[in-house]
Amino acid sequence: MLINGVNRLACKVLIKDLKQPIKIEPIRGLKVEKDLVVDMEPFFAQYRKVLPFLVNDEPAPERERLQSPEERARFDDTTKCILCAACTTSCPVYWSDDEYHGPAAIVNAHRFIFDSRDRAAHERLEILGDAEGAFKCRTTFNCTDACPRGIHVTRAIQEVKQAILFEKL
Amino acid sequence: MARLPERLGTVYKGGQGQWSWALHRISGVAVLLFLFVHIADTALVGFGPKFYNQVVHAYHNPVIRLLEIGLAAMVLFHALNGLRIILIDFFPKMADYHKQLFQIVVGLYIVLIVPAVFFMGRGFIRSL
Repeated sequence: MLINGVNRLACKVLIKDLKQPIKIEPIRGLKVEKDLVVDMEPFFAQYRKVLPFLVNDEPAPERERLQSPEERARFDDTTKCILCAACTTSCPVYWSDDEYHGPAAIVNAHRFIFDSRDRAAHERLEILGDAEGAFKCRTTFNCTDACPRGIHVTRAIQEVKQAILFEKL
Repeated sequence: MARLPERLGTVYKGGQGQWSWALHRISGVAVLLFLFVHIADTALVGFGPKFYNQVVHAYHNPVIRLLEIGLAAMVLFHALNGLRIILIDFFPKMADYHKQLFQIVVGLYIVLIVPAVFFMGRGFIRSL
């Protein structure tokens, strides 16, 4: 929810750290159902669009699909997402255009695009390369500031933009 | 489809990123509007030098001179902030330093706008 004008998680914020009087509002860009409750469905619909799961049709090895620590580190930051929607609903682009995939969807695409075990990076880049994809991001950094997990959201989006342009994974 | 916020009147308290984006958009539109006027006045050359000179003479008007200073302020901000955006776009690592980059933009802006306003302001005062 919006706490004193910015997106925060109420479960993480201490009242003693806030300026009084405290003002709370529902998150923006999603339809308000009642009080602070919004319809989160459009948010999850955008999330599902980017294939947020591991795609690999190669025969499974006898044991795990191994990955080096460096390969794992490549997307470590974006594995932290908890889908709270703080980033997407802090984005001025998303407020005015609900067709925009939004930071959360792009972060979750990033998590698999740069995963060495995944094979659907090209497909995801195709999805995020359209008019409502990563290039709608205007780098306002509201998402990065809002993320309660400290994910470098804008940086992840920029990395996806680069991957779309140069297919450099 | 665009959707208006249910409660108008509250502003999201974003940081430098949000406000520099807003300023970038405003300055961009302002410069574009000037460009339309500029294309129109340049096109008047086609009607002969006398007509063109007469219209361009309007730029000596004090109000227009004041607007010219505003134009310089807008163009300069848009240009410097644009370079910052390009840097962040082409080097994702720069996203982690966007606040420092914005401080550099503000610093350069002050260094460049002060002499510009000084010289243009002098012209404005003389035109009164």
